[in-house]
Amino acid sequence: MSGKCFINGIAGISAQLTTDGDAFFDDVVEHTELIFRAIDPDYKKYIKPAAMRRMSKSVKMGVTASQMALDQAGIEMPDAIITGTGMGCKQDSEKFLENILHNDEQFLTPTLFIQSTHNTVGGQIALGLNCKAYNVTYVQAAASFEVALMDAKLKLLEKENQHILVGGIDEIAKNSSRLHTLDGHIKSEPLAVIDLLFSTSSGTVTSEGATFMTVTNDSSNKNIAEILDVTIFNQATPEEVEDELKEFMQRNSVEISDLDAVILGTNGDGDFDLYYHKLQQGVFADVQQIGYKHLIGEHHTASAFAYWLGCKIFNKQQLPEIVKMNKKETSSFKTILLYNQYRGKNHSFALLQQC
Amino acid sequence: MADLQLELKEKIIEQLSLEDIEVSDIDDNDPLFGDGLGLDSIDALELIVLLEKDYGIKLKDPKEGKAIFESIGVMAAYIENNRTK
Amino acid sequence: MKNGVAITGMGIISSIGDTVEDNLHALRSEIGGISRIEHVDTRKRDEIMVGEIKKTNDELINMLGLDTINSFSRTAMLGAIAAKEAIHNAGITDAITSRTGFISGTSVGGMDTTEKHYLDYTNTDTYHRYIEAQHAGFTTQSISKYLGIRGYVSTISTACSSAANAIMLGARMIEAGQLDRVIVGGTDALSKFTINGFGTLMILSDDVCTPFDEHRKGLNLGEAAAYLVLESDQMVAQENKKVLARVNGWANTNDAFHQTASSSNGEGAYLAMKEALEVAQLDHSQIDYVNAHGTATPNNDLSEGIALTRIFGDQVPVFSSTKAYTGHTLAAAGSVEAVFSILSMQEEIIFPNLNFETKMEACPITPQTKLSSQAVKTVLSNSFGFGGNCSTLIFKKQ
Repeated sequence: MSGKCFINGIAGISAQLTTDGDAFFDDVVEHTELIFRAIDPDYKKYIKPAAMRRMSKSVKMGVTASQMALDQAGIEMPDAIITGTGMGCKQDSEKFLENILHNDEQFLTPTLFIQSTHNTVGGQIALGLNCKAYNVTYVQAAASFEVALMDAKLKLLEKENQHILVGGIDEIAKNSSRLHTLDGHIKSEPLAVIDLLFSTSSGTVTSEGATFMTVTNDSSNKNIAEILDVTIFNQATPEEVEDELKEFMQRNSVEISDLDAVILGTNGDGDFDLYYHKLQQGVFADVQQIGYKHLIGEHHTASAFAYWLGCKIFNKQQLPEIVKMNKKETSSFKTILLYNQYRGKNHSFALLQQC
Repeated sequence: MADLQLELKEKIIEQLSLEDIEVSDIDDNDPLFGDGLGLDSIDALELIVLLEKDYGIKLKDPKEGKAIFESIGVMAAYIENNRTK
Repeated sequence: MKNGVAITGMGIISSIGDTVEDNLHALRSEIGGISRIEHVDTRKRDEIMVGEIKKTNDELINMLGLDTINSFSRTAMLGAIAAKEAIHNAGITDAITSRTGFISGTSVGGMDTTEKHYLDYTNTDTYHRYIEAQHAGFTTQSISKYLGIRGYVSTISTACSSAANAIMLGARMIEAGQLDRVIVGGTDALSKFTINGFGTLMILSDDVCTPFDEHRKGLNLGEAAAYLVLESDQMVAQENKKVLARVNGWANTNDAFHQTASSSNGEGAYLAMKEALEVAQLDHSQIDYVNAHGTATPNNDLSEGIALTRIFGDQVPVFSSTKAYTGHTLAAAGSVEAVFSILSMQEEIIFPNLNFETKMEACPITPQTKLSSQAVKTVLSNSFGFGGNCSTLIFKKQ
């Protein structure tokens, strides 16, 4: 078995115009709040009203983004559905919890509880497609999407001719999200989000979104990109990250000089961006550096957006000015490395190659 | 009784998020489940809470709901006879 | 028959004991751990019975030797206790140096601490260290840090099949050579959130639960944590490890029928068992014992019963649900029952389905009702969860 992993459909719902053709390359939506929402596509095009009535935003985003990815790949029934989410259906969990606490455990209704489980999105996609295949949900903070993708890749290694739907979803909830202002995960001073990558104060912003892709080991398809490898490691010092990077590149026989770009998860957190800075000033000094969290914000599956962006870059063979983090001019994009971490934990690397 | 039936329709539409349905779409004798309004078992549990919260009627066994929630008419009659608030 | 992946250690804490040995003792004595709630502040106290671990959080802190000021939720502490026993049981002293992973299942993670402090967070910063506990992955983070595992760490949350899926992933990763060793299982503590959640579904019993009985009234929630250590054959050979048993079949499928209820023909469960047998390269006639999901809800037991008869015909093997002992321990159930399955093979006994009296009319199958001695070489264990999630694991004797 080859264990090859190709992306042949990908869609992202985010705080930018990412469901609207190439609009992302032309228009930037500037956010001014530190907690901001994704831009809603027309969910009614993808979800029947009867099914929609109980869906919270994460379910709507997940079901819609997954259908967009399947449509793009021309797949009706995937062979597995694997999702990653940091918090799952946070809005309904929060409402149910607050109802318990405010009403002294009385007059509670089941819908919120049913919707609160982390695998609600995966389950709802299966229900909508009538897909009886493998269906697993990962909740590993900032590595939630990556561990889901690693499972998908393992599935492709185990069986030929598979098409797997894999995605990451997270939503904002009014109070739970704000709690992270109290523990310092979210910045305490106002900031124009577009300037996020230059911020040096503690904490970051928070947002929401859904990115889904179909991956396959069928190389005869019209594929967009190949995921050469993806890996995670839970904890590491900045020095250890460099060692991990070296090992990762070596096992894929890729040199730093082969990289046309690196997409970094820099989120303006003055306490933790040094993980990126060290690489930016060191091994990546001569590589085109790309950032995106000043556009779509930060959440536990924000890093899935880097795959969407990578695929777009392969497709367009150009970069919007707004994502460039250094003054390097690159004209051809064939190989891209992704690196993400959150607060020094849940690090991930991935290597994308244009098909 | 007609008031209670109207009240129930409004409450059901709100509680069950039936966004595309108007009070006038629901006939007093339409079945609420299956072919009628198309409610399901989760809605039945929601209606049990509605009975308790708004009319002080506590059902012990969810199976009891099947007969009570047959239609708006049946439900209203049951509430009239059993309400404690 | 496929050889499968070696299990070299196991650990558990549940309402019937703090260790594997204590759990075995209770199982043998046919004594369940179902009681009234003591440690969760809930007005449902007198309405339901639960499988509660009779230890305060302070007692758990002592068992682990944690600082008094720590950020461990009860879920994380239970997990750390069971995982520590599993590692010790496997004779591991170098958790960090090998390619060791940690895969943990949980449903609500640190909800027990979130619900306790949620309303206070804005008034005082005393409990701010618990804010992160609202992320289920933080539970796993706390445990992995305690164990010193820094590499591959992940959390699975597929409701009540979480731990079964964690065991399955671990076995697949070992088989593919991605890890040398992995600690797999799950943990869930009782919380007001789940008590009230299952309450709204009206599937909680006010008495001890009676799986597969015609007159079953619903489930008893429980709390527990259990973990297995899985190792590659190379590690086993290199360190001359004792192998307790092997995981050799696994499958996850989706019922795709309803958000919480199981289909009337048990399609998802049927497919999971069928596929797991295929992975294990076993015929259904080679299964000696089935540790059923058997939550004692009217819906689950009938659906699972029908799925069992679809797989096994009129030759359904000896089967029981051990949830009348422990309660339904949600995300931990799959690993709790994995430990019981291994014990069943090691000790050559079948644990009874307590409290059973009357066969279900719609599916007249009879579980094992008394402790019995018999050789057990293979066990099939089911775990099903919300979202149509159906998992089956198959264990075989070394």
